[in-house]
Amino acid sequence: GVPLWWRTTETYRAWLPVSQIQELANLELQLSADVEVVFARGTVTPEQQKKIPLTLSQDDDEITGLKSLYLTDSLSAEADLSLHMLSESPCGSLVVYVVPESTSLLPEDVEVYIGQRRTALLRIGTQMRVGRTLDQLLDHLEPRIKKLLQLMSFSHTDITAALSDRVRLSPGNKESIADSMRAFKSSPGYEITFSLLNPDPKSHRLHWDIEGAVQTFIQPLLTKLEPLANFSIDSQILYYAMLGVNPRFDNSHNAYTLNADSLAHVINPVEARLGSNAASSNPVLNFLLYVPDANHSPLYIQDRKKQQVPSNAFHSPRWGGIMVYNVNSFYGPDVAFPVDININMAKVMGVFLAQLRLLLGVQSSTPPPGFLVAPCGSSGLADWELDRLMWSRSVENIATATTTITSLAQLLDQIGNIVINDNIAQQVSSAVTSLQLAVAELESGNLGFALQYSKEAILASERAFFDPSLLHLLYFPDDQKFAIYIPLFLPMCVPILLSLLKIASEVRQRRRDKQTKTD
Amino acid sequence: MKIPTLLSLFAACFVAGSANIEENVGQFFSSGHTNNWAVLVCTSRFWFNYRHVANTLSVYRSVKRLGIPDSHIVLMLADDMACNHRNPKPATVFSHKNMELNVYGDDVEVDYRGYEVTVENFLRVLTGRLPPSTPRSKRLLSDDRSNILIYLTGHGGNGFLKFQDSEEISNVELADAFEQMWQKRRYNELLFIIDTCQGASMYERFYSPNLMALASSQVGEDSLSHQPDLAIGVHLMDRYTFYLLEFLEDIHPASKANMNDLFKVCPKSQCVSTPGHRTDLFLRDPGSVLITDFFGSVRKVEITTETISLTDPIKQVEEIAVHGEQEKETYSYVDQLPVSEIIHQKPKQKDWHPPDGFILGLWTLILLVFFKSYGAKHLKHIF
Repeated sequence: GVPLWWRTTETYRAWLPVSQIQELANLELQLSADVEVVFARGTVTPEQQKKIPLTLSQDDDEITGLKSLYLTDSLSAEADLSLHMLSESPCGSLVVYVVPESTSLLPEDVEVYIGQRRTALLRIGTQMRVGRTLDQLLDHLEPRIKKLLQLMSFSHTDITAALSDRVRLSPGNKESIADSMRAFKSSPGYEITFSLLNPDPKSHRLHWDIEGAVQTFIQPLLTKLEPLANFSIDSQILYYAMLGVNPRFDNSHNAYTLNADSLAHVINPVEARLGSNAASSNPVLNFLLYVPDANHSPLYIQDRKKQQVPSNAFHSPRWGGIMVYNVNSFYGPDVAFPVDININMAKVMGVFLAQLRLLLGVQSSTPPPGFLVAPCGSSGLADWELDRLMWSRSVENIATATTTITSLAQLLDQIGNIVINDNIAQQVSSAVTSLQLAVAELESGNLGFALQYSKEAILASERAFFDPSLLHLLYFPDDQKFAIYIPLFLPMCVPILLSLLKIASEVRQRRRDKQTKTD
Repeated sequence: MKIPTLLSLFAACFVAGSANIEENVGQFFSSGHTNNWAVLVCTSRFWFNYRHVANTLSVYRSVKRLGIPDSHIVLMLADDMACNHRNPKPATVFSHKNMELNVYGDDVEVDYRGYEVTVENFLRVLTGRLPPSTPRSKRLLSDDRSNILIYLTGHGGNGFLKFQDSEEISNVELADAFEQMWQKRRYNELLFIIDTCQGASMYERFYSPNLMALASSQVGEDSLSHQPDLAIGVHLMDRYTFYLLEFLEDIHPASKANMNDLFKVCPKSQCVSTPGHRTDLFLRDPGSVLITDFFGSVRKVEITTETISLTDPIKQVEEIAVHGEQEKETYSYVDQLPVSEIIHQKPKQKDWHPPDGFILGLWTLILLVFFKSYGAKHLKHIF
């Protein structure tokens, strides 16, 4: 009976790779980026050229691949382009060109020029005159190259912020916390919605070529970000949608103003009217273009110092952005309403693109003095910025997937009567394999593969953790367990016990008889 | 390591030029959340539990008024009072005697209604383990920067809360569900309010961080209802939620009232039971927590200072004309009623089934009795 009872009351639990999961729990990531440092003509003497070591390592930081190159003088942007043609760097790697002090490639006070692709130009520095040794040269360059790498590739703070899921971020750098709160967390897909709010259709008939604008301005960025996530875009026009706040007329500027404190209350009344795609659970980025009604035009946004904001836009972390577009300059005072207005999509998309970059996590920290960053190209994102985003996203994905898998294993261990189906075990195993591969790829510096594996790991781990069958509804406290089993087993046990006692007394009797017999 | 020194160099550069960033960032630190969610659950059905639905709807109303949109509220009502046959004023749910305040309103959006409000669905919403076909409005799509308000009301006891008069959720299950939410970082901070008898027992077992809990009564005490309405015939609200609603009506989105004021709602003189609260798992001091951190949705806002100058002309989206004109698929509705089947009704051919077990048993019994009484020798005559 006991084996039958045991078999029928046990729950099916498929095997999970618990030991591998525990290994993953002690996560040690090693990130390596390929950096190539190229010395231009005039920076090293020919004898030193021959003696450049192939690798330079100091304090666990390795710079590999020192070469020398002859560079002709030309303007930095053109040099950047031609250098890019020279060596197509795979994603994750960087090339730093060291140019002589007297070069005209860089403007006067600029030490470092960071290009649009994965190249940078570094001025060698005034301290280095002819006659210094190679070691002195390398010592001088080392910290400056490191500083450059932290800006272009990844830095300690970036990685710590990406790991904030596992490692509670100590409130040190306020700006990095604000950055981490602003950007959306890594997700396999995002929905972007562009909305045009027209509170006064009687006065303004608005025309916006949203499809063309999205195709020209936004789509290149999203295509570039394709390895990170899928994006789906839609747009809508809302009529009679007012902002929730009454703007005040400001006599000094002869315009209506919204001050910074009231901006926080603008979003909620509008959000109730924005729809969302019911079919997906991806995070939504909303971009709203508000054209003020004729009675409240022009409308300007003021910051805390009562200065007008040039972009006339604001954004909310992890939500989206709102831009106020004034149209009163397009028509005179004696015009028959409604007026046809064509919206200048380039200006609007310039603002939205900047907000989109911020919300997706492309950090726009001001570069240190002496650094000149090339403006990002037509796609809105420089290659090295993409690499930076990919580094932090890979680390974030790996951290999140590891946390999910370890907490799932812990949960299933703790609660003994959750059924673990085969598909869950399979998802967990595939997540563990992907995680191990991702960590290995990060170590060897293949950023593209690392990101891909980390995405697979996170998808599998989320699917396993959020599987609908893993619901623990069978909570039996001990006293309830007794209450269930005692009425069943106690009546059964009474005759069993009595017969056992009887057998025991019979055996004792027989033994006594035997003893008397032998006596 | 050289990296910390370089980092400190970086930090120095940022601090020097970040005076205006400080002001913006200052408001981030007060709470650390960027969005708000609310899960409001009424667990009782039947007309005489009108007050529980009114409780939930009054909290729903306050939360919407203070700014949380419907897309961020999961409202679960176990029974329909507004359109109940016994409601003398259909499509209304009142919270005050003399029918002063209709909390049902014009734009209530109930996500889980009637028999969908079960312990299983409630736990699925909290932990996120919903089937993939669940629509967005029925999900709790919170992230690690969400503040969640959870409000439960109904009939409860020491360590459990009754759902739908047929099942219970225990305080251990609730604590485990919150722990799973914490493991997956599905909340930044969570405020748990419960208005049932012996409500304090439900938060005794919590062990996850960043939870604050309020209950309307201690273990061993009953939560009492406020006042009956003679026209409707039932009690309209519970005392604790009535005074909570009164307190919340004075709060507006820019209000600076904090949690210590909320703890003082409904003292023993008004409530007869002793409301309790638990803050030991909460990291911040309750005096610094604003009411609108949980009940409202005050967004953090940053001014956009950078723009990108775009100079490309807009590409015209070309009309796709492949192989001449593409036929557009025409769609039409499926017939609502199978009219053709109804009008031309043919008699349905019933398939023959072998006799049921009951019939067989009955006949066996009759035969046995017959042969028992008349003896087996009669069998010879038959076979």
